[in-house]
Amino acid sequence: MKGRLIVGALFLAAPCLGLAQTPSERARRDSVARADSIAKADSIALVRELEKELGGVAADTGTAAQAPRGSGGYMNIGFTALTDAGWSTEPDVGSLQLGDHDPHVRGFTIPNAELTLDGAVDPYFKGFTSIVFKLDENGETGVELEEIYVLTSSLPHNLQLKAGQYFAEFGRQNPQHPHSWAFVDQPLVLNRMFGPDGLRGQGMRMSWLLPTSFYAEAQVGIMNSRGGTTWSFRSDESAEIHGGVPVEREVEGFGDMLIVPRIATSFDVSETQTVLVGASASFGPNNSGPSASTRVYGVDAYWKWKSATAQAGFPFLSMQGEALFRSYDAAERTSAEDPTHILPEETLKDRGAYAQLLWGIKPRIVAGIRGDWARGDDASVQTPLRADRFRLSPNFTWYPTEFSKFRVQYNYDDRTGIGTDHSLWFQFEFLLGAHAAHKF
Amino acid sequence: MLNPKQFAAFALMAVAATGSPAAAQLRVVATTPDLASLAREIGGSTVSATALAKPTEDPHFVDAKPSHIVTLNRADALIEGGAELELGWLPPLLENSRNAKISAGAPGRIVASQGIRMMEIPAAFDRSKGDVHAMGNPHFLIDPLNAKIIARQIASRFSQIDPKSAASYRANLARFNARLDLKVAEWQKQLAPYRGARIVTYHKDFVYFAPRFGLSIVESLEPKPGISPSPAHLASVIRKMKATNAHVILVQPFQNRRTAETVARQTGAAVLNVSQQPGARPNTGTYFDMMDNLVNTLAGALRTQ
Ligand SMILES: [Zn+2]
Repeated sequence: MKGRLIVGALFLAAPCLGLAQTPSERARRDSVARADSIAKADSIALVRELEKELGGVAADTGTAAQAPRGSGGYMNIGFTALTDAGWSTEPDVGSLQLGDHDPHVRGFTIPNAELTLDGAVDPYFKGFTSIVFKLDENGETGVELEEIYVLTSSLPHNLQLKAGQYFAEFGRQNPQHPHSWAFVDQPLVLNRMFGPDGLRGQGMRMSWLLPTSFYAEAQVGIMNSRGGTTWSFRSDESAEIHGGVPVEREVEGFGDMLIVPRIATSFDVSETQTVLVGASASFGPNNSGPSASTRVYGVDAYWKWKSATAQAGFPFLSMQGEALFRSYDAAERTSAEDPTHILPEETLKDRGAYAQLLWGIKPRIVAGIRGDWARGDDASVQTPLRADRFRLSPNFTWYPTEFSKFRVQYNYDDRTGIGTDHSLWFQFEFLLGAHAAHKF
Repeated sequence: MLNPKQFAAFALMAVAATGSPAAAQLRVVATTPDLASLAREIGGSTVSATALAKPTEDPHFVDAKPSHIVTLNRADALIEGGAELELGWLPPLLENSRNAKISAGAPGRIVASQGIRMMEIPAAFDRSKGDVHAMGNPHFLIDPLNAKIIARQIASRFSQIDPKSAASYRANLARFNARLDLKVAEWQKQLAPYRGARIVTYHKDFVYFAPRFGLSIVESLEPKPGISPSPAHLASVIRKMKATNAHVILVQPFQNRRTAETVARQTGAAVLNVSQQPGARPNTGTYFDMMDNLVNTLAGALRTQ
């Protein structure tokens, strides 16, 4: 009886969620009607009404009729656009700024305009899509299906499955979209380990929320190891790491897939302070030889203090850091530069780290500083991509509201063997549509 | 090594530790302390209720902390304000909580804004008017008659998910309503001498309270919801306060008291520390205490004007 009523209510509610009326109009009419009827009754009548209700069918079917968010129908639509403008002492800005969403020329860049769609697919899945539009140095527009995945809503045993194309859950920054970065550009070490666009690809990920009294989550992803966004693995561009001609390498078994495990835990150290630490890894084949592989390990930590009487989330202080280590098996192969030259078999070792401090001084004003460091051990071919580098980036951000921001950032950049560069970048961002919820 | 007797004792202890009577309670999570307080009024000793937001915290801007994920994962029921109050932080927590009991549409998911006559529903969605909530102003619990509607909804849902305690929820609701009726009469009486008094608030967060008690809100220090006060707007607030004889500015713990003081210096008004959340002010652990404190503070300030 109850089940049928709920189904009936859902059926009746379905058209309400449609396009004929906006949910807010609907919600207003519903709530006005309900409030009117309730306001007429005095409290004794209310209790009687409730008793009747509790005696009979208690199902309050109202919830089913309410859209989860007022500003959309079946899905939330968001659009963010980032504009960068600035100047660097290095004329070839692209050699300094290796990230796909970093400013890449002197002057103006629109490195990221992102359309996001998300919502519940049905009671079992949630869907998310982000489509990125970008303008390259020549003003040509590119479109990229950046992420597209479904996420289960109610698997048993605290499990959750994600499937589709997504940013691998490695560390803290890799899964973040550019509009939530605290700096204009990506940390150097992430560029080196995961290429211009972060570690991303098609696959699936299982996550388990541990049954502990504190937060602990274990995840493991299995992804394709090939494509432009699996740098360090079977990406064609990875030849820049080892300097050899890449070999054709097909997926023959499980071992040719990319495996990304992660474990993270978090504690509230006080009423106002929270710590989150994690360890991640990614294992997979690379295309320097028929059986060569790459291993990347990382640790990340995040600490945040927020005043107990914070207004709009301010003041706050946060610290974030990640350290990564890569071990890349380079097989014996022909040099890409000189076909007559044979490169020896060796293991290339790279490491790097960054740490950033953000201070939310007062509502909507944030000062930040980030230190970047990366180095690669000696190898038979030394590329600028593996050279020692240090970068220091102070910045300042003003958020007129949650939906727009102005940022200015200075980069002091020291590349061993190349020299020191200075860059100054301005960034403007706006957001249209659905209110983006902030993850911790 | 444990001998069998020791082992039995140890096993018993382990069972006792995991199967304590507290575990039989209905675990209720509310997004804000005022909703948690209502849950306690209705649930009594049958439920344990916790709030995700701190009483002093801006309910629009709570951090989506991982510890909240764990709390939500174990909840039997979730009470949210709704009307987009928690839009900036609750969705990622819910996505991670993996708890079907509190998923949208489940009996354990209680949306307080349902059944409330929402005020300030915008005619059109336009963010040039500030961060207006498409479903109306979400600060409705400050009107005690709305608290009554929500308490009734809570009682109905608690009874649905925990039918064996339905009688207790019904009795608690009746007691709550009776007490609230007396209290509302008392609060009305306290504020009756100041009917028509003009007040100023920081944010548009007392729009449900003022008409209930015959007060009129002249202005907010925020020019538009969520937009920081500008000098030009504050100047117009000062002019308006002088013209309308407004002598009271209400400020919640997470709002900028210094801005209010600047305006107060120009107008001779009193800046009142108030809160809509139980626990934010000393000795205001329950919804009743919080309302008492608010009404007393306000009546005291209006009396001396
Ligand atoms: Zn508000």
